[in-house]
Amino acid sequence: MPTIVVEVMPKAELLDPAGKAVAGALRREGGHPFSDVRIGKRFELTVDGEVTDAVLAQAQKLADEMLSNSVIEDVVKVTVA
Amino acid sequence: MKIGVVTFPGSLDDRDAQRAARIAGAEAVALWHGDHDLQDVDAIVLPGGFSYGDYLRCGAIAARSPIMREVIEAANSGMPVLGICNGFQVLVEAHLLPGGLIRNDHGDFVCRDQGLRVENASTAWTSGFEVGQQITIPLKNGEGGFIADAETLARLEGEGLVAFRYTGLNPNGSLNDIAGLTNERGNVVGLMPHPEHAVEAGFGPDTPDAMRSGVDGLTFFTSVLQNTLARA
Repeated sequence: MPTIVVEVMPKAELLDPAGKAVAGALRREGGHPFSDVRIGKRFELTVDGEVTDAVLAQAQKLADEMLSNSVIEDVVKVTVA
Repeated sequence: MKIGVVTFPGSLDDRDAQRAARIAGAEAVALWHGDHDLQDVDAIVLPGGFSYGDYLRCGAIAARSPIMREVIEAANSGMPVLGICNGFQVLVEAHLLPGGLIRNDHGDFVCRDQGLRVENASTAWTSGFEVGQQITIPLKNGEGGFIADAETLARLEGEGLVAFRYTGLNPNGSLNDIAGLTNERGNVVGLMPHPEHAVEAGFGPDTPDAMRSGVDGLTFFTSVLQNTLARA
Protein backbone atom coordinates (compact mmCIF):
# COMPACT_ATOMS: atom_id res chain seq x y z
CA MET A 1 0.00 0.00 0.00
CA PRO A 2 1.31 3.49 -0.81
CA THR A 3 2.52 5.84 1.90
CA ILE A 4 2.25 9.61 2.14
CA VAL A 5 4.93 11.30 4.21
CA VAL A 6 4.12 14.48 6.12
CA GLU A 7 6.91 16.47 7.75
CA VAL A 8 6.30 19.13 10.36
CA MET A 9 8.89 21.48 11.87
CA PRO A 10 8.66 23.91 14.78
CA LYS A 11 8.58 27.47 13.44
CA ALA A 12 12.08 28.81 12.87
CA GLU A 13 11.70 31.69 15.31
CA LEU A 14 10.52 29.41 18.13
CA LEU A 15 12.74 27.88 20.70
CA ASP A 16 13.32 24.18 19.99
CA PRO A 17 14.61 22.88 23.34
CA ALA A 18 15.03 19.30 22.12
CA GLY A 19 17.09 20.47 19.13
CA LYS A 20 19.08 22.78 21.40
CA ALA A 21 19.91 19.90 23.76
CA VAL A 22 21.13 17.74 20.87
CA ALA A 23 23.12 20.68 19.46
CA GLY A 24 24.80 21.03 22.85
CA ALA A 25 25.74 17.34 22.83
CA LEU A 26 27.08 17.69 19.27
CA ARG A 27 29.27 20.60 20.32
CA ARG A 28 30.74 18.52 23.13
CA GLU A 29 31.35 15.66 20.67
CA GLY A 30 33.39 17.89 18.32
CA GLY A 31 35.27 16.85 15.21
CA HIS A 32 32.50 17.68 12.73
CA PRO A 33 31.16 20.71 10.87
CA PHE A 34 27.57 20.53 12.27
CA SER A 35 26.76 23.75 14.08
CA ASP A 36 23.04 23.37 14.82
CA VAL A 37 20.21 20.85 15.03
CA ARG A 38 16.46 21.32 14.82
CA ILE A 39 14.03 18.49 15.51
CA GLY A 40 10.70 18.04 13.76
CA LYS A 41 8.18 15.26 13.17
CA ARG A 42 7.62 12.82 10.33
CA PHE A 43 4.24 11.14 9.84
CA GLU A 44 3.74 8.20 7.49
CA LEU A 45 0.15 7.85 6.32
CA THR A 46 -0.73 4.46 4.89
CA VAL A 47 -3.18 4.87 2.02
CA ASP A 48 -5.90 2.41 1.16
CA GLY A 49 -5.85 2.49 -2.65
CA GLU A 50 -4.27 4.84 -5.12
CA VAL A 51 -2.74 8.22 -4.27
CA THR A 52 -4.67 10.66 -6.44
CA ASP A 53 -4.41 14.45 -6.37
CA ALA A 54 -7.57 14.48 -4.26
CA VAL A 55 -6.01 12.10 -1.73
CA LEU A 56 -2.86 14.24 -1.58
CA ALA A 57 -5.05 17.30 -1.03
CA GLN A 58 -6.80 15.47 1.83
CA ALA A 59 -3.41 14.65 3.34
CA GLN A 60 -2.37 18.30 3.05
CA LYS A 61 -5.58 19.37 4.81
CA LEU A 62 -5.03 16.81 7.57
CA ALA A 63 -1.42 17.98 7.90
CA ASP A 64 -2.52 21.62 8.21
CA GLU A 65 -5.44 21.06 10.58
CA MET A 66 -4.49 18.13 12.80
CA LEU A 67 -0.92 16.92 12.36
CA SER A 68 0.41 20.45 12.89
CA ASN A 69 -0.60 23.55 14.83
CA SER A 70 0.03 26.60 12.67
CA VAL A 71 0.64 28.76 15.74
CA ILE A 72 3.81 26.87 16.56
CA GLU A 73 4.67 24.66 13.55
CA ASP A 74 5.00 24.62 9.76
CA VAL A 75 4.13 21.74 7.43
CA VAL A 76 7.29 21.50 5.31
CA LYS A 77 6.50 18.48 3.17
CA VAL A 78 3.58 16.33 1.97
CA THR A 79 4.81 13.74 -0.53
CA VAL A 80 4.32 10.17 -1.68
CA ALA A 81 7.07 8.00 -0.24
CA MET B 1 -25.43 23.69 40.53
CA LYS B 2 -23.54 20.98 38.65
CA ILE B 3 -19.91 21.30 37.58
CA GLY B 4 -18.84 18.61 35.12
CA VAL B 5 -15.21 17.49 35.02
CA VAL B 6 -14.11 15.71 31.85
CA THR B 7 -11.80 12.73 32.27
CA PHE B 8 -9.57 12.00 29.25
CA PRO B 9 -7.16 9.07 29.02
CA GLY B 10 -4.19 10.46 30.97
CA SER B 11 -6.06 13.09 32.99
CA LEU B 12 -4.53 13.37 36.48
CA ASP B 13 -6.29 16.16 38.30
CA ASP B 14 -9.90 15.30 37.48
CA ARG B 15 -10.59 14.04 41.02
CA ASP B 16 -9.02 17.14 42.56
CA ALA B 17 -11.16 19.35 40.32
CA GLN B 18 -14.29 17.41 41.34
CA ARG B 19 -13.30 17.83 44.98
CA ALA B 20 -12.75 21.57 44.51
CA ALA B 21 -16.22 21.88 42.98
CA ARG B 22 -17.74 20.08 46.00
CA ILE B 23 -15.80 22.18 48.52
CA ALA B 24 -17.12 25.30 46.78
CA GLY B 25 -20.66 23.97 47.27
CA ALA B 26 -21.43 22.61 43.81
CA GLU B 27 -22.30 19.10 42.76
CA ALA B 28 -19.41 17.50 40.86
CA VAL B 29 -20.28 15.36 37.85
CA ALA B 30 -17.73 13.06 36.23
CA LEU B 31 -17.88 13.36 32.43
CA TRP B 32 -16.21 10.86 30.11
CA HIS B 33 -14.24 11.82 27.00
CA GLY B 34 -15.81 9.09 24.92
CA ASP B 35 -19.41 10.16 25.56
CA HIS B 36 -21.54 12.73 23.79
CA ASP B 37 -23.44 13.58 27.00
CA LEU B 38 -22.83 16.64 29.21
CA GLN B 39 -25.36 15.29 31.78
CA ASP B 40 -27.09 18.66 32.22
CA VAL B 41 -24.12 20.31 33.90
CA ASP B 42 -24.01 24.10 34.33
CA ALA B 43 -20.25 24.47 33.92
CA ILE B 44 -17.34 22.34 32.72
CA VAL B 45 -13.75 21.87 33.88
CA LEU B 46 -11.11 20.38 31.58
CA PRO B 47 -8.57 19.14 34.13
CA GLY B 48 -4.79 18.88 34.22
CA GLY B 49 -2.74 15.84 33.35
CA PHE B 50 -1.16 14.37 30.26
CA SER B 51 -4.05 13.38 28.02
CA TYR B 52 -2.94 10.85 25.43
CA GLY B 53 0.59 11.06 26.84
CA ASP B 54 0.99 14.50 25.22
CA TYR B 55 1.31 12.62 21.90
CA LEU B 56 1.08 14.71 18.72
CA ARG B 57 0.99 17.95 20.76
CA CYS B 58 -0.19 18.62 24.34
CA GLY B 59 -4.00 18.53 24.31
CA ALA B 60 -4.24 17.98 20.54
CA ILE B 61 -5.83 14.53 20.59
CA ALA B 62 -8.08 15.30 23.55
CA ALA B 63 -9.33 18.39 21.69
CA ARG B 64 -10.69 16.00 19.04
CA SER B 65 -12.26 13.49 21.43
CA PRO B 66 -16.00 12.78 21.17
CA ILE B 67 -17.24 14.88 24.10
CA MET B 68 -15.36 17.95 22.88
CA ARG B 69 -17.98 18.43 20.17
CA GLU B 70 -20.54 19.08 22.92
CA VAL B 71 -18.07 21.05 25.05
CA ILE B 72 -17.26 23.38 22.12
CA GLU B 73 -20.97 23.84 21.37
CA ALA B 74 -21.71 24.61 25.01
CA ALA B 75 -18.75 27.02 25.25
CA ASN B 76 -19.92 28.84 22.13
CA SER B 77 -23.37 29.25 23.62
CA GLY B 78 -22.02 30.72 26.84
CA MET B 79 -21.55 27.86 29.30
CA PRO B 80 -18.63 28.49 31.69
CA VAL B 81 -15.64 26.32 30.76
CA LEU B 82 -12.38 26.30 32.72
CA GLY B 83 -9.24 24.66 31.31
CA ILE B 84 -6.50 23.98 33.83
CA CYS B 85 -2.96 23.18 32.60
CA ASN B 86 -3.53 20.32 30.13
CA GLY B 87 -7.12 21.58 29.98
CA PHE B 88 -5.80 25.00 28.88
CA GLN B 89 -3.78 23.22 26.18
CA VAL B 90 -6.97 21.40 25.10
CA LEU B 91 -8.86 24.74 24.88
CA VAL B 92 -6.10 26.20 22.71
CA GLU B 93 -6.01 23.13 20.45
CA ALA B 94 -9.82 23.28 20.19
CA HIS B 95 -9.50 26.96 19.10
CA LEU B 96 -11.65 28.14 22.01
CA LEU B 97 -8.69 30.29 23.11
CA PRO B 98 -5.93 31.70 20.86
CA GLY B 99 -2.18 31.11 20.82
CA GLY B 100 -0.18 28.04 21.67
CA LEU B 101 1.75 26.45 24.54
CA ILE B 102 5.29 25.21 24.02
CA ARG B 103 8.01 23.62 26.11
CA ASN B 104 9.27 25.77 28.99
CA ASP B 105 12.13 27.93 27.74
CA HIS B 106 14.54 26.53 30.35
CA GLY B 107 13.68 22.97 29.29
CA ASP B 108 12.77 21.73 32.77
CA PHE B 109 9.50 20.65 34.33
CA VAL B 110 8.57 23.22 36.95
CA CYS B 111 6.56 22.51 40.12
CA ARG B 112 6.13 25.25 42.68
CA ASP B 113 3.72 27.64 44.34
CA GLN B 114 3.27 30.46 41.86
CA GLY B 115 2.32 34.08 42.40
CA LEU B 116 -0.22 35.46 39.94
CA ARG B 117 -1.81 38.84 39.36
CA VAL B 118 -5.49 38.84 38.45
CA GLU B 119 -5.84 40.90 35.26
CA ASN B 120 -9.50 40.30 34.44
CA ALA B 121 -12.04 39.91 37.24
CA SER B 122 -15.16 39.98 35.08
CA THR B 123 -15.12 36.40 33.77
CA ALA B 124 -17.38 33.57 34.89
CA TRP B 125 -14.46 32.04 36.82
CA THR B 126 -12.72 35.15 38.21
CA SER B 127 -15.52 37.50 39.31
CA GLY B 128 -14.78 36.84 42.99
CA PHE B 129 -11.34 38.40 42.60
CA GLU B 130 -10.37 42.08 42.30
CA VAL B 131 -8.33 43.31 39.33
CA GLY B 132 -4.73 43.54 40.49
CA GLN B 133 -5.24 41.04 43.30
CA GLN B 134 -2.17 38.87 44.00
CA ILE B 135 -2.89 35.19 44.49
CA THR B 136 -0.75 32.08 44.94
CA ILE B 137 -1.63 28.67 43.50
CA PRO B 138 0.52 25.70 42.44
CA LEU B 139 2.09 25.56 38.98
CA LYS B 140 3.37 22.27 37.54
CA ASN B 141 4.13 21.84 33.86
CA GLY B 142 6.74 21.08 31.26
CA GLU B 143 5.04 22.82 28.34
CA GLY B 144 3.56 26.01 29.73
CA GLY B 145 5.24 28.63 27.59
CA PHE B 146 2.47 30.75 26.10
CA ILE B 147 3.11 32.11 22.63
CA ALA B 148 1.09 33.94 20.00
CA ASP B 149 1.96 36.07 17.01
CA ALA B 150 2.42 39.81 17.56
CA GLU B 151 -1.03 40.67 16.20
CA THR B 152 -2.83 38.16 18.47
CA LEU B 153 -0.79 39.29 21.46
CA ALA B 154 -1.70 42.93 20.82
CA ARG B 155 -5.37 41.98 20.55
CA LEU B 156 -5.27 39.96 23.80
CA GLU B 157 -3.69 42.89 25.64
CA GLY B 158 -5.86 45.54 23.97
CA GLU B 159 -9.13 43.76 24.67
CA GLY B 160 -8.28 42.77 28.24
CA LEU B 161 -8.31 39.05 27.49
CA VAL B 162 -5.29 38.27 29.65
CA ALA B 163 -6.88 36.81 32.79
CA PHE B 164 -3.75 36.10 34.85
CA ARG B 165 -0.10 37.09 34.71
CA TYR B 166 2.86 35.51 36.51
CA THR B 167 4.42 37.75 39.15
CA GLY B 168 8.12 37.66 39.95
CA LEU B 169 10.29 35.35 37.89
CA ASN B 170 8.62 34.13 34.69
CA PRO B 171 8.50 30.35 35.27
CA ASN B 172 8.31 29.13 31.66
CA GLY B 173 9.06 31.87 29.15
CA SER B 174 5.42 32.80 28.48
CA LEU B 175 5.17 35.96 26.39
CA ASN B 176 4.11 39.03 28.41
CA ASP B 177 4.17 36.76 31.52
CA ILE B 178 0.77 35.41 30.46
CA ALA B 179 -0.48 32.64 32.78
CA GLY B 180 -4.10 32.52 31.67
CA LEU B 181 -6.60 33.86 29.13
CA THR B 182 -10.30 34.43 28.77
CA ASN B 183 -12.42 34.62 25.63
CA GLU B 184 -14.30 37.82 24.73
CA ARG B 185 -17.50 36.62 26.36
CA GLY B 186 -15.73 35.74 29.62
CA ASN B 187 -17.19 32.25 29.91
CA VAL B 188 -14.10 30.35 28.71
CA VAL B 189 -10.98 30.68 30.87
CA GLY B 190 -7.74 28.73 30.58
CA LEU B 191 -4.61 28.89 32.72
CA MET B 192 -1.49 26.82 33.34
CA PRO B 193 -1.46 27.01 37.19
CA HIS B 194 -3.77 24.77 39.22
CA PRO B 195 -6.52 26.46 41.27
CA GLU B 196 -7.96 23.06 42.26
CA HIS B 197 -4.83 22.37 44.34
CA ALA B 198 -5.42 25.42 46.54
CA VAL B 199 -8.95 24.98 47.90
CA GLU B 200 -8.57 23.57 51.40
CA ALA B 201 -6.43 24.66 54.34
CA GLY B 202 -3.84 22.00 55.11
CA PHE B 203 -3.30 21.13 51.46
CA GLY B 204 -2.62 24.45 49.73
CA PRO B 205 0.42 26.70 49.25
CA ASP B 206 2.12 28.27 52.27
CA THR B 207 0.88 31.71 53.31
CA PRO B 208 2.34 34.25 55.75
CA ASP B 209 -0.22 32.97 58.30
CA ALA B 210 0.40 29.24 58.22
CA MET B 211 1.99 26.52 56.18
CA ARG B 212 -0.19 24.98 53.43
CA SER B 213 -3.10 27.27 54.30
CA GLY B 214 -3.54 28.93 50.89
CA VAL B 215 -7.02 28.60 49.37
CA ASP B 216 -6.84 31.21 46.59
CA GLY B 217 -7.96 28.61 44.05
CA LEU B 218 -11.35 28.19 45.69
CA THR B 219 -12.48 31.58 44.33
CA PHE B 220 -12.53 30.15 40.77
CA PHE B 221 -15.17 27.65 41.81
CA THR B 222 -17.16 29.94 44.11
CA SER B 223 -17.19 32.58 41.34
CA VAL B 224 -18.79 30.25 38.81
CA LEU B 225 -21.20 28.98 41.45
CA GLN B 226 -22.36 32.49 42.38
CA ASN B 227 -22.65 33.58 38.75
CA THR B 228 -24.73 30.54 37.87
CA LEU B 229 -27.01 30.90 40.88
CA ALA B 230 -27.41 34.62 40.18
CA ARG B 231 -28.51 33.83 36.63
CA ALA B 232 -31.00 31.15 37.70
